[in-house]
Amino acid sequence: MGSLLLANEAIALGAFESGVKVISSYPGTPSTEITENAAKYDSIYTEWAPNEKVALEVAIGACFSGVRSMCCMKHVGLNVAADPLFTLSYTGVNAGLVVVVADDPGMHSSQNEQDSRYYALSSHIPMLEPSDSSEARDFVKIAYEISEKYDTPVIIRLTTRIAHSRSFVEPKERDEILNKTYKKDVSKFVMMPAMARLRHLFVEKRENDLSRDISLFNINSTLMRSHKLGIVCSGAVYQYVVEASDASVFKLGMIYPIDFESVKTFASKVEELIVVEELEPFIEKELLSNGIKCHGKELFGRQGEFCVSYIRRKLEGIIEEEKSGNKIIPRPPVMCAGCPHRSVFYAIKKLKLKVSGDIGCYALGALEPLSAVDLCVCMGASIGMAHGFDKGNTGEAENMVAVIGDSTFLHSGINSLINSIYNNGTSTIVILDNSITAMTGHQDNPSTGKTIKGDLGHKIDLYSLCLACGAGSVRIVDSYNIQEVISALKEEVSKKCVSVIIARRPCALLNKKYPPAFYIGENKCKYCKQCLAIGCPAIENLGNSVRINRELCVGCGVCTQMCKFGAIISEDR
Amino acid sequence: MKPRNLNILIVGVGGQGTLLASRILGTIALNSGLKCKLSEVHGMSQRGGSVVTHVRWGKEVFSPIVCEGDADYILSFETLEAIRWSSFLKENGHIIVNNQKILPMPVITGKDVYPKDALQILKDKNLSVIEVDGLKLAELAGSSKAVNVVLIGILCAKEKIELNLAKEAIKQCVKEKNLELNLIALELGYNAL
Repeated sequence: MGSLLLANEAIALGAFESGVKVISSYPGTPSTEITENAAKYDSIYTEWAPNEKVALEVAIGACFSGVRSMCCMKHVGLNVAADPLFTLSYTGVNAGLVVVVADDPGMHSSQNEQDSRYYALSSHIPMLEPSDSSEARDFVKIAYEISEKYDTPVIIRLTTRIAHSRSFVEPKERDEILNKTYKKDVSKFVMMPAMARLRHLFVEKRENDLSRDISLFNINSTLMRSHKLGIVCSGAVYQYVVEASDASVFKLGMIYPIDFESVKTFASKVEELIVVEELEPFIEKELLSNGIKCHGKELFGRQGEFCVSYIRRKLEGIIEEEKSGNKIIPRPPVMCAGCPHRSVFYAIKKLKLKVSGDIGCYALGALEPLSAVDLCVCMGASIGMAHGFDKGNTGEAENMVAVIGDSTFLHSGINSLINSIYNNGTSTIVILDNSITAMTGHQDNPSTGKTIKGDLGHKIDLYSLCLACGAGSVRIVDSYNIQEVISALKEEVSKKCVSVIIARRPCALLNKKYPPAFYIGENKCKYCKQCLAIGCPAIENLGNSVRINRELCVGCGVCTQMCKFGAIISEDR
Repeated sequence: MKPRNLNILIVGVGGQGTLLASRILGTIALNSGLKCKLSEVHGMSQRGGSVVTHVRWGKEVFSPIVCEGDADYILSFETLEAIRWSSFLKENGHIIVNNQKILPMPVITGKDVYPKDALQILKDKNLSVIEVDGLKLAELAGSSKAVNVVLIGILCAKEKIELNLAKEAIKQCVKEKNLELNLIALELGYNAL
């Protein structure tokens, strides 16, 4: 029976139906649910790798060994996996390999708006882009066929609006795919200059062959309506375009390489050809450089997501009016009530330390009222950036700490720790160990010791790991204990060596057995507003008094350390 | 009455259960033979931020998102969020508002003041506002978390959708242990209109 599936769930279904045996990924919004859902199938070995590079290498090994494999990530994850990706293009595959990458136009949950389509172009790997969940499943099957027929990895590109939209999908029979045999082949699997030179020739031939054959795969489609205007588009934009105008539409299912012959035929049937695409003018430039007259980007912006009415307005040439009216109070995301990161950031702020930050829930420490984060660039960057401040020798590093989560530390922070130690750095690093990959929805990681399927794995002990790397000082503190965190920070920041403070407390959302909530004792509160300084969403400022929202309070007790008057009382007292 | 083509926007604060609400509405559409697309929010905005989920019912649905000025209904789980998203309502659309107030961080820190007459702001825009004490009804049903289903009950009553159709959808979407209270929440909402 069919049901409404996220495209991410449909990709997992497609992997199951295509007989995929190994999936290795690192979580990242909006791609996480693909691997989470694939883990529900017994026939697929699924794992969370510490980062996308490792994940892709695992998928490469699996496909070389003879089984179909997959690797899923968000757009910035593909930067991490780019090193193996580019050479994988040369080696090609044994059994099929599909990389799924999810872009995030509009940056719902990302630090940039990069357009991953350029990876296909520069690595010469075919890229497919589905426009709904059913197509997402179908394209997985086609991707494996292409992968094995043309000896190439295939990238499936999603955007947030496809990955996180639900539409109807009817399951199909699972194909029982026989494993391929592995045969030693140095010319194909060992990429040294002499072999790689030959494989580069192969890559060029492969792309020419595929370009010639695209129409065989029935992956692009044409909707002939008006002969005045034709629109070329793909993915979510296709769905908007169909509703926004009565133009004829050429939908690219394969966005690299582009089937120029079919687009030329389509272009010959319409008076004007417009490309509608989010982010960069990727398709437009490809068409122009192949002699197909078209335009588009001068009408449509490079930023954010499109929708039906936006496309309609742009096609009709309506100039956007400045929005007027009253500003509505913003509601930014916040650290949850009881979040163990909050008290650590409060301690850091109290000591007026600079924070070289990182990617995870704790990036929210940048927002008011904590406003504690100075820098945030990419996964794992906090430690390297702090070391850079250190080596710049401007004195600015004197009062700086690097702050990184457990999962992000193991993703790529660990390399930077090794670098700082090796190169005689003096940084202080705070690992916020909440025992989970929280922001993406609670995935296990090497430091939790549990696998994606819920089995016991080998737990990586962060304390021993940092010691083994040679950190001058490693200590564990309780994130909830503000005084303890402050003392540790003072001592470690003053040391002339690399030191690591592991601030430990599980994510508040993991604990289902909360201690009783707190309340404000009558007549005890002087409305000094000290408790508000930690920015807990459960503590409300009523203008002349303070109230604790029982619905939200999880009884962490951090606020009681803020109150000089003993006015914050546990309910069971 | 059979469900008709509808654009519904579900808005609230991360953690209020907009995802379950959209899945129930999607199931109602499928069970009555309509096509349906939903668009959800995952990731960062789920951490207590403003969230929006799009639901589209129709004989044929292409875009999974509802545009500004195109929603037949807005189900708002929180008052300030109703104001924030009200420009998405169609001229003759209805906005169903749970009159609960959840203070955003700028209000908690005292930087901003929560609008005193929040619902009046909506009414002044000449919108069809259906106000409900969803939290009270949800607690009556057995859990403050059932505000989402209370609001679905009101939508069904307003659209004259058969109650059984909604009950069936809830059975398909809700865990066994929460089923009873959600069915009560649905009826309380249905009868509140």
